[in-house]
Amino acid sequence: MPLMGLNVSAIREDFPILQQTVNGKPLIYLDSAATSQKPEAVIRAMDTYYRQTNANIHRGVYALAEQATEQYEAARRKIQKFINAKSYREIIYTRNATEAINLVAYSWGRANIREGDSLVLTLLEHHAILVPWQRLAQEKNARLEFIGIDHQGRLRLEDIETRITEKTKLVAVTMASNVTGTLTPIREVIVRAHSVGACVMVDAAQAVPHLPVDVQSLDCDFLAFSGHKMLGPFVGVLYGKRALLETMEPFLAGGDMIRQVYLDHSTWNELPWKFEAGTPAIAEAIGLGAAVDYLTALGMDNVRAHEQELTAYALEKFRTLDGVRVLGPSDAAERGGVIAFDISGVHPHDVAQIFDREGLCVRAGHHCAMPLHEHYGLAATTRASFYVYNTLEEVDVLVETIRKVQSIFKPR
Amino acid sequence: MDDLYRELILDHYQHPHNHGEIPDADISYEDSNPLCGDRIRIDIKLKGNIVEDVKFNGKGCAISQASASMLTDELIGKSLDDIKKMDKQFILDMLGIPLGPTRIKCALLPLKVLKAGVYGIHTWPDDEEE
Repeated sequence: MPLMGLNVSAIREDFPILQQTVNGKPLIYLDSAATSQKPEAVIRAMDTYYRQTNANIHRGVYALAEQATEQYEAARRKIQKFINAKSYREIIYTRNATEAINLVAYSWGRANIREGDSLVLTLLEHHAILVPWQRLAQEKNARLEFIGIDHQGRLRLEDIETRITEKTKLVAVTMASNVTGTLTPIREVIVRAHSVGACVMVDAAQAVPHLPVDVQSLDCDFLAFSGHKMLGPFVGVLYGKRALLETMEPFLAGGDMIRQVYLDHSTWNELPWKFEAGTPAIAEAIGLGAAVDYLTALGMDNVRAHEQELTAYALEKFRTLDGVRVLGPSDAAERGGVIAFDISGVHPHDVAQIFDREGLCVRAGHHCAMPLHEHYGLAATTRASFYVYNTLEEVDVLVETIRKVQSIFKPR
Repeated sequence: MDDLYRELILDHYQHPHNHGEIPDADISYEDSNPLCGDRIRIDIKLKGNIVEDVKFNGKGCAISQASASMLTDELIGKSLDDIKKMDKQFILDMLGIPLGPTRIKCALLPLKVLKAGVYGIHTWPDDEEE
């Protein structure tokens, strides 16, 4: 069955890793929410850098160093266009999305959060965004408040109004949950937060890889995502509004982030380098540029349409299974390509183990969202997540394998 | 069809032996595997140096729960000195299934809990190797 927008069989040819078998079965990779696979173009971009232009960036006057710098900065501009940031100065390379969030919690949070302030998060948050703000709240004696979810894992709209108040200084919210898949009403949250003068940090780790994201249209203050979940290598990105970034103190100190260094004090480099201390992940940044090119060529609307179709198909198939609970919205239009589920009487680790025998890669655990699992009364779930290279046939194998698990674990 | 999910393992998982609690236990200990959330509690009633009764409680995967069920079967009538001699290999032989590096932690959790309870050892001797 052909899928809308994407030529999946051609796409699959671009991913060397998908050409292999596991335990004699074709590899079916359903763990892209943890990390995506990388197309030949991304691998080649990094390989070419190491073979032909490897040098440290900035300040080198020889040709290699200039080429390396040019490629590193060109990738930044690709990322800027990809999320429609106003300036390349608003794109900061980090180690991962977690570091991007920690940067904001450290540099912006320490200067702006005071005792008695309220920080509003949601029940859907990944530990990567929950824990940094939790720690800051403890340190500053600020209050943490949470927007709750309904029975389908959607944010409670009334909570957006009641939790975000005049006392709120920061709202940290995911754009797409890595467990329930929920696409949050991000615009409503941002409008509400700005109406009380609060700053908004968006966790877009599960959004930027999968749907069109326009930071100017969203009007978010900070947005974090990771390259490795969007066909790229292991590097993260922080977007921040320039006016805010200009006011912030550096996160890590060292080389490259300085303008002048004296024995007793230093002054800071301009944006974005003020936040890029030390030699960065140069090859990875260049690789991420290639991933952005790849996704741009596919078209993010097509990527979203493809994943929505896979998700709708999977949800329909899951409904035919007895004893399987799927977390999150029942309508694929309200969720990303992530399906976390619980098979009655079978621990997710056992599910994932049996899946592995069938060549299926899925994740088992709390997916770095323990409070959310606690809310559902589950210690762990099994999660299948889709991307551009997944097919309807793979969804069929997923569902068949769940039946197999149920037959192995049938009550005896 | 599956080496790992042998009938014996599944049987212990679905119908665990020695499941429950001992309210006036002489030794009680509980621990969990933070990676997957497996949790085991073991209660022991002693008569002198000998295990008179043992119960376990917990939540987790088939491997960890079956391992606890089978391990507790082995304990009644054993002395604390006997327990001290139980090691990783003892558990692997008892289960008789091939276990990878991730699942071996599930299999060993009950023994870890048992030893910690009996001797107050809170870190597994092999943890440093990993």
